[in-house]
Amino acid sequence: MTTASIRKRRRGWGFHAVMAPLTLLWVAPMVFVLVLAFRSFDDIAARGTAAWPVSLSLDGFREALGRGTMGRALWTSVQVTVPAVLLSLLLASWAAYALSRFAIPGRRAILLTMLAGNLLPPQILLIPVSRVMESLGIYDTLVALVAIHVGFGLGFYTFVLHGFMRSIPGELTEAARMDGAGPVQIYGRIIMPLCRPSLAALGALATTWIFNDLIWAITVLRTEAKLPVTAALLNLQGGYVSNWNVVAAASVIAAVPTAIVFFAFQRHFVSGLLMGSNK
Amino acid sequence: MTAVAAPPRPEEVGMAPPRRRKSGLRAVPPIVWVFLLIPAVVEVGMVFWPAVNSFYLSLTEWNGLGAARPVGLDNFRDLFSDGIFLGALKNNVIWAVGFGGLSVLGGLALALALNRPRRGVGLYRSAIYLPMVFSLAVTGLFWRVQYQPDGTINTLLGAVGLESVERQWLADPHTALYAVLIAAVWRQVGYVMVLYLAGLKGTDPTLDDAAAVDGATAWQRFRFVTWPQLRGVNTVVFAVTVIDSLRTFDIVWAMTQGGPYHSSELLSTYMFQQGFTFLNLGYASAIAVVIFALALIFIITYLVRATKEEVA
Repeated sequence: MTTASIRKRRRGWGFHAVMAPLTLLWVAPMVFVLVLAFRSFDDIAARGTAAWPVSLSLDGFREALGRGTMGRALWTSVQVTVPAVLLSLLLASWAAYALSRFAIPGRRAILLTMLAGNLLPPQILLIPVSRVMESLGIYDTLVALVAIHVGFGLGFYTFVLHGFMRSIPGELTEAARMDGAGPVQIYGRIIMPLCRPSLAALGALATTWIFNDLIWAITVLRTEAKLPVTAALLNLQGGYVSNWNVVAAASVIAAVPTAIVFFAFQRHFVSGLLMGSNK
Repeated sequence: MTAVAAPPRPEEVGMAPPRRRKSGLRAVPPIVWVFLLIPAVVEVGMVFWPAVNSFYLSLTEWNGLGAARPVGLDNFRDLFSDGIFLGALKNNVIWAVGFGGLSVLGGLALALALNRPRRGVGLYRSAIYLPMVFSLAVTGLFWRVQYQPDGTINTLLGAVGLESVERQWLADPHTALYAVLIAAVWRQVGYVMVLYLAGLKGTDPTLDDAAAVDGATAWQRFRFVTWPQLRGVNTVVFAVTVIDSLRTFDIVWAMTQGGPYHSSELLSTYMFQQGFTFLNLGYASAIAVVIFALALIFIITYLVRATKEEVA
């Protein structure tokens, strides 16, 4: 053992002695909610929310998914999230393709304006957007929710995809053009397949954003039966004030899908977050 | 000048020269206009047109029925004599400073600690940024559980003999705002950490090593070597954090709805109440315009940074 390696070993100890308790601050709240979700109502009533469980029960989940409507809300969220993600990435890829590969006059101003649209505080849009939905006759429908998610997310996705498409060498498309491919074929056969990594990253990001949304859902939807997960969770919270196992189970149900997306696409997810923000 | 052989020009191989702009981009075929116009129309219709409308509505009195009555700047005048609005404005400043300061300091410190690969780093990183994928509403509920009168926080305080500190965190006007703030920071720190980790990846480790060889302390190395290289990330983190602070709505709505007695009211929650509970649509629009005005300078900061990236 050289003194250097001893010092290194000791430094490693110090690192974990600091980091492990710190990390516990992030893990502990999640663990407590998870444990609470598996306890029975009587157990919580008798021994408080912070106690360790004496038995496991699925009552909380059963109640949350059934009468608590979380089951139905999950399905609603899927019906909103899938079309909204696909449609916004499709439209964004069109705009990015046009702006990155063709001499559109004022293209930089158009791009930045679109990005700015995504940075606006939603508050400036809530009331007029509800009106627009009413005049289109889609207020209080899931179509309205999909439409606003597409409109609001478009700018950011376009900006990110534009950056990626611009970096694709011109020779690739030039060769295809020589062979007589039109702009639509070049988009479909060359550009889009090459954009797969950034589409995956944006897809993971967009999925969590849209799935997690609350403010748009409670703005354009009125009927309780139509609420997606996040909004349904808050409603349930009002109805089960002292049933902490049901509330905990419902919040676990609302958290699990995005956690799955995160673990499945962890690398994509992080690179998506960094897009448009790092150099 | 050119050392590399140029590719044969099209006219040399018997083709018409393509029309070229000086940018090296191609002239625009009609179908490409369609590609651009459809998304542009969607964005204008869903975002820009409504935004412009908010400015108009902020100058009116309207309950959603019949026609909006123009009242000039009355709404704004009323706002600044409205105690709840002023309280929400103050809370928003506290929020921006507290939420921004804590999550940036925490995120930066964690990024520095977890920057170099070593055993366990991946695990720590994942655990800290996992909360980022939960919605703010879920985060709010997770923490409501901890803040219960018989919840983990009070139980812990009791266990170490601090019964006197125990309280109804979310029902006490003195602590509600800060209780929500802690929950929001818990979620945001991981996000800021990810941004800084990426920024640190872009720094040059040889500079750091050279400074260490020259006998610089850890603090000096951070202050004079690492920090200046993080300028770009700092701009983004700063802008994103402030914009996020002004947008904050979900977590407050989920935990306290702005209560008790408006003690955790933010501009966004007050706007939502005025607009969708009391149907004072003109007044609510005026609050929205104030939020926009406050966010504007940071939105511009972010865009300037984005433009730089476009050039780079």
